[in-house]
Amino acid sequence: MPAFLLFTVLTAIRILSRNRLRAGLTMLGIVIGVGAVIAMVSIGEGAKAAVAKRVATMGTNVIMVLPGSMTTSGVRGGQGGAVTLTISDGMELKKRIPMLSEVGWGKRDTMQIINGNKNWSGLVNGISPSYLTIRDWSFSSGGAFTQQDVDTADRVALVGQTVVENLFDVGEEPVGAVIRIKNVPFRVIGVLSPKGQSSQGSDQDDIIFIPFSTAERKVFGTQFLGSVGALFASTERLEDLTPAAAQIRDVIRTRHRLQPDQEDDFTIRTQVDIGKVQESTSETLTVMLFAIASVSLLVGGIGIMNILLVSVTERTREIGVRMAVGAKRRHIVMQFLIEAVTLSVVGGCLGILVGILGARVTTAIAGWPTIISAETVMAAFVFSIAVGLFFGLYPANKASRLNPIDALRYE
Amino acid sequence: MAALIRCEDLWKIYRLGDVEVQALRGLNLSIASGEFVAIMGSSGSGKSTLMNILGCLDQPTRGRYWLNDVDAAGLRADQLADIRNRQIGFVFQNFNLIPRTSALENAQLPLFYRGVSLREQRALATAALCRVGLQGREGHYPTQLSGGQQQRVAIARALVTEPSLLLADEPTGNLDTESSREIMAILDQLNKEQGITIILVTHETDIAAYAEREIVIKDGRVLTDRHTRLAVPLSRPEV
Repeated sequence: MPAFLLFTVLTAIRILSRNRLRAGLTMLGIVIGVGAVIAMVSIGEGAKAAVAKRVATMGTNVIMVLPGSMTTSGVRGGQGGAVTLTISDGMELKKRIPMLSEVGWGKRDTMQIINGNKNWSGLVNGISPSYLTIRDWSFSSGGAFTQQDVDTADRVALVGQTVVENLFDVGEEPVGAVIRIKNVPFRVIGVLSPKGQSSQGSDQDDIIFIPFSTAERKVFGTQFLGSVGALFASTERLEDLTPAAAQIRDVIRTRHRLQPDQEDDFTIRTQVDIGKVQESTSETLTVMLFAIASVSLLVGGIGIMNILLVSVTERTREIGVRMAVGAKRRHIVMQFLIEAVTLSVVGGCLGILVGILGARVTTAIAGWPTIISAETVMAAFVFSIAVGLFFGLYPANKASRLNPIDALRYE
Repeated sequence: MAALIRCEDLWKIYRLGDVEVQALRGLNLSIASGEFVAIMGSSGSGKSTLMNILGCLDQPTRGRYWLNDVDAAGLRADQLADIRNRQIGFVFQNFNLIPRTSALENAQLPLFYRGVSLREQRALATAALCRVGLQGREGHYPTQLSGGQQQRVAIARALVTEPSLLLADEPTGNLDTESSREIMAILDQLNKEQGITIILVTHETDIAAYAEREIVIKDGRVLTDRHTRLAVPLSRPEV
């Protein structure tokens, strides 16, 4: 049987190469279809990887707790409108939930920052030292402040890359410099390593960190001491993220004395949730892509079927001769199926090359990241075989059902 | 000699719309192994239908057909294909070689469907081409060969499986006198020297004269069946 297959494949190649233009035009549909799929999937995968990278800049296994809205006389405030979360909520979480490796908090506001004759409106964050650990911030120079700095409400600041670029001259050393935030002098003790865009697209490096206590007492001013803008927590293991989030909810609901019929006055988001939102966007893209791909492969497959039907008619006498010398139905079916699959596979391979080239060109011209995975290429290959088999079946079957006498007499 | 072919009360009825055509009407025939038989008859006599049934390309509507003591009537399509492949060689009027395929590969074709190894296919096909005097032309395509040579490739293809029966349907119909003589000489030699049973359909009396037995078909029945006795015809066609 392998000899039969090999010979049939060789015969198919020879028969197809007799009429190269026709074979080429027939393949074109598959080439374009597979090429489009490969290019689109590689762009989609590239985009997905870029999103995943951005989500990863949030930190590792991060859970965020945001204050909820407050309803006053039926008027509902927006999210974060209520001052419902406090430092003691955070400390309770740390004490009650051993799964949490770190718990931190922060509070933010946009403030004018001055260094010499330069000024910049930046996002100032008052944070607990653990926040830096949770969000995976590292330093390009200097270092973090400590719990002691927080306890004594020291005026020390950590600045992000964007802030450095806007407040300092090129070559000026930020560490040790004194900047003023809302006219309060702060000593810069560390410059943060750049993180780039967040998953929402905002610049994460346009930031200044100061101790929470300092922010509360000396910069922002506050109605309720100890109220926070958000709580942050992290777990050691990714799979603990969702159960930990559930426990956080229980602890905070208890502390806030919420009745079972009352809504949460806070919102919990885990890194997994945020990643999912981003992925759903690329899933929409993927669905559209498959729609396009199936249409073009359908058209390509019909092209193959059409040309095979023509071929069956043209070669009726040949089929008759083959039957006369002892070809069985399955031999004839195999012959035409293999011709169909040869067309679709050669077309598929060319399509893979075209797709890879298309992805490269996209990266070179548009600058979009593209990823060509072995799985995509394999899937395209297998799919082109399937298209050949599916659309070859009808012509092959038709050929095999010819009556040898009529086929031999066919002019 | 044992009967290679035995037909009993063969009927073949075609239906063309409302019209019923009786191509064979209770034909009886017996051919022994090693015979060289010419079947003659005008068009519409039923001789083509008979050849199709003898060649296992078609099934009779009624009646029995034994080939090598196997009742071929009522076999399935694949079983008939097997019989054609192993026991019958075909030579057609229009050669019916596969276009753009070399002489060697044309001759290999039946072995290919038998599932013989590629090497054995090559060896047997080369030997068969040699037997019909085409050594050195294995790589030629049909278009590069003369009509007589093409027919010799077809004979090689029929011979390659060592069939017990060779069916030649107007084998010289498309050939000039010289080539016709060559082809008939080859068939004659195969019959005499290798004992292959040959059934020849022709309407040319000088071609039929090569055979030892002449059967005339008319209206779907055997009209005359006579042994021409002489193995070598009295009047060979002139060059």
